[in-house]
Amino acid sequence: MPNAVELAGVTKRYGRSVVLDRISASMPQGEIIGLLGHNGAGKTSLIKLALGLITASEGDVRVLGSAPLGAGARRLRARIGYLPENVAFYGNFTGGEVIGYFARLKHAPEREAMALLDRAGLIAAAARPVRTYSKGMRQRLGLAQALLGEPELLFLDEPTTGLDPLATQQFFDLVTELRTQGRTVVISSHLLAELEPYLDRALIMRQGRLVGQGAVADMHAAAGLPDTILARFSDDGAEILNASWLAGLKRHPQCGTNGVLEIEVPAARKMEVMRRLMEIGSLRDITIREPTLARLYATLGGGAKEATA
Amino acid sequence: MMANVLTVARRELRDDFRNHWALAITGVFATLALAIAYFGAVTVGRVGFTSFDATIASLVTLAAFVIPLIALLVAYDAIVGERDRGTLPLLLSYPLSRLELVAGKFLGHGALLAFATLLGFGFALGVIGAAAPEIRTLAALRDIATFMISAALLGASFVALACLISVAAREKAQAAGLALLVWLTLVILFDLVLLAALVLSGGNATEQALYPWLLLLNPIDVFRLINLTGLGDHGGNDFFMAMAGAHVYSPAVLYGTLLAWTLLPLAAAAALFTKTEI
Repeated sequence: MPNAVELAGVTKRYGRSVVLDRISASMPQGEIIGLLGHNGAGKTSLIKLALGLITASEGDVRVLGSAPLGAGARRLRARIGYLPENVAFYGNFTGGEVIGYFARLKHAPEREAMALLDRAGLIAAAARPVRTYSKGMRQRLGLAQALLGEPELLFLDEPTTGLDPLATQQFFDLVTELRTQGRTVVISSHLLAELEPYLDRALIMRQGRLVGQGAVADMHAAAGLPDTILARFSDDGAEILNASWLAGLKRHPQCGTNGVLEIEVPAARKMEVMRRLMEIGSLRDITIREPTLARLYATLGGGAKEATA
Repeated sequence: MMANVLTVARRELRDDFRNHWALAITGVFATLALAIAYFGAVTVGRVGFTSFDATIASLVTLAAFVIPLIALLVAYDAIVGERDRGTLPLLLSYPLSRLELVAGKFLGHGALLAFATLLGFGFALGVIGAAAPEIRTLAALRDIATFMISAALLGASFVALACLISVAAREKAQAAGLALLVWLTLVILFDLVLLAALVLSGGNATEQALYPWLLLLNPIDVFRLINLTGLGDHGGNDFFMAMAGAHVYSPAVLYGTLLAWTLLPLAAAAALFTKTEI
């Protein structure tokens, strides 16, 4: 599959400060890609590079096969949608006027703008000034404008900020639908648990460097993170806690209370541990949890405390 | 390209009307113009509309102070305001060039100022014309047209300067400070420095040759020259006109200079904006 975005050895410097350091990455078309990293990791700079808002100090950037700056930039931008973080829009203008303004700039028909406003659940508020909108409503308005002109590639910076649970679910339904239409969606977010079920691919950044990239499942395998096994016993489980084969396996702090065993098991030992557990007569239930994206992020991105799952 | 410029300009103009800028500026222009024209001779113990030349001279003095200030006030946040609002990267992610954005902002705010200038001063001059029949002559109408056109051009040149400031500044507060500095420099300090130098030196031959051209470096002085050179007794502005000496300016040079004062800052704003990283 061709790549929607390709970065080859991209570095961005401001004076002596390096905000992007030799980034080489690919974002295949038709996928949902998560751009993950702490504040200041370089996610927004990467998006700005792809949008042609800043230029690379070194390296090459290709977006939908073209350079983001130069002769074809205008045509390229007509194929891209963007939702910046914390956009305020024009308070004196109504939602209908705001989407109409952006539709004219993108040469999209007025009826498409109104249909998107309807889809965002804002048609009833279309005549109200944007200054009266809640944060969630402004975010939905931002999403609606990002979809103007049926873009092939979308960059969404913290798109679910301010959305209630229902609107968040509707957002992810929309993103899934966009993927089925073959469009590429790049999402920069800190809400990893929310994002995880929908991501095809992730790019994990740390201090301007790309520390991990690829299909989420492949990254889990490559990182060698252990699965978590949760076993419940009909007795207090004291017998199993002393088993010699448990040595070397990391136990959850609450392990051993109320007949519950929670251990981290590397892939190489998973089947063996499962077999031993199944041999125990008092075993009542067993659950296997794969490592989360937050765990992967914490491992590669540096520091579990920043990984707000 | 023009469609994008007009889209941006329409939004700016609509915003200015919705913020009541249009009404407020028109009202300020009309009220101040009437007040200056009526009470302009109060220091010599007279009130009411006096001679036409004195009225136009008073309006020129008023416009030279007020129009630059209001133009800077209206447009200083044209670009930096979008940056503050978070809409600048969004706008530039659209098929909209930076030149189109700056041109649209200039056109929108420039149209507002032209509208307010023509309506505000036009209303005042209409009232003065009704109260003073001697104004209703062809020559007076020509002077009024000159005043209105040059005032609109003066406004446009300061809107262009405001756009340049707005592109150069990283924050709204910085842009406001720069705008104030530009206003102080061009409205007050520039002439003060020139006059002081002239008085101190006694006005040698080199200065007499140089000063008429130095005045072209300030759009406000160009505006004054356009309007005062044709008035009998220079409308009482002898001190200022002394700097022009006996030099005869061609109207084409003066209007061309005022137009250059609009186009050059605008071109500089577009060039700087193109190089600015968002």
